[in-house]
Amino acid sequence: MFDLTGKCALVTGASGGIGADIARALHGAGATVGLSGTRVEPLEALAAELGERAHVLPCNLSDMEAVAALPKQAIEAMGSVDILVNNAGITRDNLFMRMSDDEWQSVLDVNLTATMKLCKGVMRGMMKARWGRIVNISSIVGATGNPGQANYAASKAGMIAMGKSLAYEVASRGITINAIAPGFIETAMTDKLSDDQKAGILGQVPAGRMGTPNEIAAAVVYLSSAEASYVTGATLHVNGGMAML
Amino acid sequence: MSDVADRVKKIVVEHLGVEEDKVVEGASFIDDLGADSLDTVELVMAFEEEFGIEIPDDAAENIQSFGDAVKFISEAA
Repeated sequence: MFDLTGKCALVTGASGGIGADIARALHGAGATVGLSGTRVEPLEALAAELGERAHVLPCNLSDMEAVAALPKQAIEAMGSVDILVNNAGITRDNLFMRMSDDEWQSVLDVNLTATMKLCKGVMRGMMKARWGRIVNISSIVGATGNPGQANYAASKAGMIAMGKSLAYEVASRGITINAIAPGFIETAMTDKLSDDQKAGILGQVPAGRMGTPNEIAAAVVYLSSAEASYVTGATLHVNGGMAML
Repeated sequence: MSDVADRVKKIVVEHLGVEEDKVVEGASFIDDLGADSLDTVELVMAFEEEFGIEIPDDAAENIQSFGDAVKFISEAA
């Protein structure tokens, strides 16, 4: 089950904790992976760990010219992009009343606009192939909102709604677009929280623990698989029951 | 019939799965040949590849019929 042999997957944010595990899981299922991210060193290290079928494709997603070039580079390196995982994301938290235009725009640019441009960039090949999988890594806050994260929450909700609209348009071509909305996951970002903060959040998680990056990666593998061909426009919530949506 | 028209017709016939004699000058992709709106996007993509040209979005929107396509490509190629 979930054999991705022969498929080529582009993963953004592959230098981060969740992105790296997504790349590992797709690679483990047989896919060739294109590892994109801003920091080259961790990408090289991951590519070395994976061995064959791994390509390093550095890209700064706040640079729209670099974003437009990334699908082409991925196709050159791998031959095609059959699976696109829009995992990269940034936060610039602030209270709404204090949030600058720049804090708003930079988060929307990287999380939502770059996602849109990458979807567009891989769509031609997927339409011709009559097969494609796009998995957008959204967030629980895209559904629930979060104080201090108006920009991030808007971008994550936008990924879901954009994906649904695109899912309508290309469903007849064998292309699915789905979202995964992680809850509280063990990453470098959540490592910075104090024990009190963690305890406060965990009090709201029925599972009583944080999720792990490989639990997000497993959901990506499923949504990328042939077996998930009838699942499109869906949002898979992976949050230990924190919000049962 | 010109070479361009032949090549355009071949693409339309293959992509939309229609009879060759239905693909006439005034045949609308959507109204007469059963295309949906995404088919028209794919046809334009196929024309771009076949003729090695770039068809900008605003021009692509005006390519509604076989005749439109042949005219545009003849002028662009």
